[in-house]
Amino acid sequence: MTANLPSAASGSLALPHYQRVGGVHPPLDSPAYRSSVLRAPKQPLVPLPQWLTEVTGPLLGVGRVDAADADLTTGHAGEPVGERIIVTGRVLDSDGRPVPDTVIEIWQANASGRYAHPVDNHPAPLDPNFTGAGRCLTDSQGRYRFVTIKPGAYPWRNHHNAWRPAHIHFSLFGRAFTQRLVTQMYFPADPLFGLDPIFNSIPDPQARTRLIASFDIEVTEPDWALGFSWDIVLRGRNATVFESEANS
Amino acid sequence: MTHGITPAQTVGPFLAIGLPWADGPFVVPAGTPGAIVITGQVFDGVGDPLPDALVETWQADPAGRFSHPDDPRGAAACAVAGFRGFGRCPTDALGQYRIVTLRPGPLPGPDGETEAPHIDVSVFARGLLDRVVTRIYLSDEAQANAADPVLASIADPFRRSTLIAVAEPGSPDEFRFDVRLQGERETVFFDV
Repeated sequence: MTANLPSAASGSLALPHYQRVGGVHPPLDSPAYRSSVLRAPKQPLVPLPQWLTEVTGPLLGVGRVDAADADLTTGHAGEPVGERIIVTGRVLDSDGRPVPDTVIEIWQANASGRYAHPVDNHPAPLDPNFTGAGRCLTDSQGRYRFVTIKPGAYPWRNHHNAWRPAHIHFSLFGRAFTQRLVTQMYFPADPLFGLDPIFNSIPDPQARTRLIASFDIEVTEPDWALGFSWDIVLRGRNATVFESEANS
Repeated sequence: MTHGITPAQTVGPFLAIGLPWADGPFVVPAGTPGAIVITGQVFDGVGDPLPDALVETWQADPAGRFSHPDDPRGAAACAVAGFRGFGRCPTDALGQYRIVTLRPGPLPGPDGETEAPHIDVSVFARGLLDRVVTRIYLSDEAQANAADPVLASIADPFRRSTLIAVAEPGSPDEFRFDVRLQGERETVFFDV
């Protein structure tokens, strides 16, 4: 195998560096979210250098994503029940660069707050015309667009009378292992925000608001669907000079 | 211009609606010569298996190359047809996952270091507000592992051993790698 290695000893590999940002992601150990109690690691995380495996990542999508996959209201015998919506925005990195050609996968409950999943026993109706899974590829400007149904809020067993604010799950690859992100998009002015331990697990209240889409009349299509805009920002690729900023 | 990054949220209990792919566990197609299999279970802090987790893997090809433009040595397509570098497998009712792949090659570090063959791993589950990141090393690469800078950064030999996938007795191409999210035998997780 050694024959395959470049003469690293005689030169250095110039690798991109992805900014480490503290205080944005929720701490894994967030006991108000009951499921974290037995699942969140207790040992401190070990710093991992960002070398070749970390600054690369799967660049997938071509042949895996069909244009029809971005419309969750089609593909069934009939139309799903609920409020038809358009969810669109851009995927950027923290330096404002668009992230093109990256796969976004989403999944969600139906309009009555029920997931098409055998473990969900919320006594709300399933919709035979709604599965709740979609995917798309960002374009050259990092733009994405889904057509779906506004998901309903639903109860869960975290604490007495616990309800999740309506949300859509989003999964993104970015261009490197370091940028992988799974998150949730919420809708504006949800009265459940203040009561939800998952939303509030994000320490910085300002950062929480970045998960809330905006109603957008420009995206809204007359006589057809309400529009929501939501940009997703992945870690930026910086020179190492930003390390000191991250530490300050 | 800087933009605040988007915070992570848990995948929740219903990731199976949106994330599994039929070919997800196959980093290389089934039956590829030289393929290895990595299997294991994901456990919580009281030793119960997680039936609702997702294990993802990312790795170099056997020559230590990536089909990726940010590899400063140049993007290189793998010589083995169908190699994707990426694997994804949801856990079953017993918390088990299975990935079929090729042995990754060793990698150069930025300043002349050499990393032992390894696979980067993300684990997602209900109860995890963000992914957890770990690494798989192979038990039959003892010499390379002993010189690996990331393994060397973990002082406690038991903790270090949580990153080694162990060859199954009698099946040198099958490795077992369990993930323990908590407890006395908690797996090493990384801040990447």
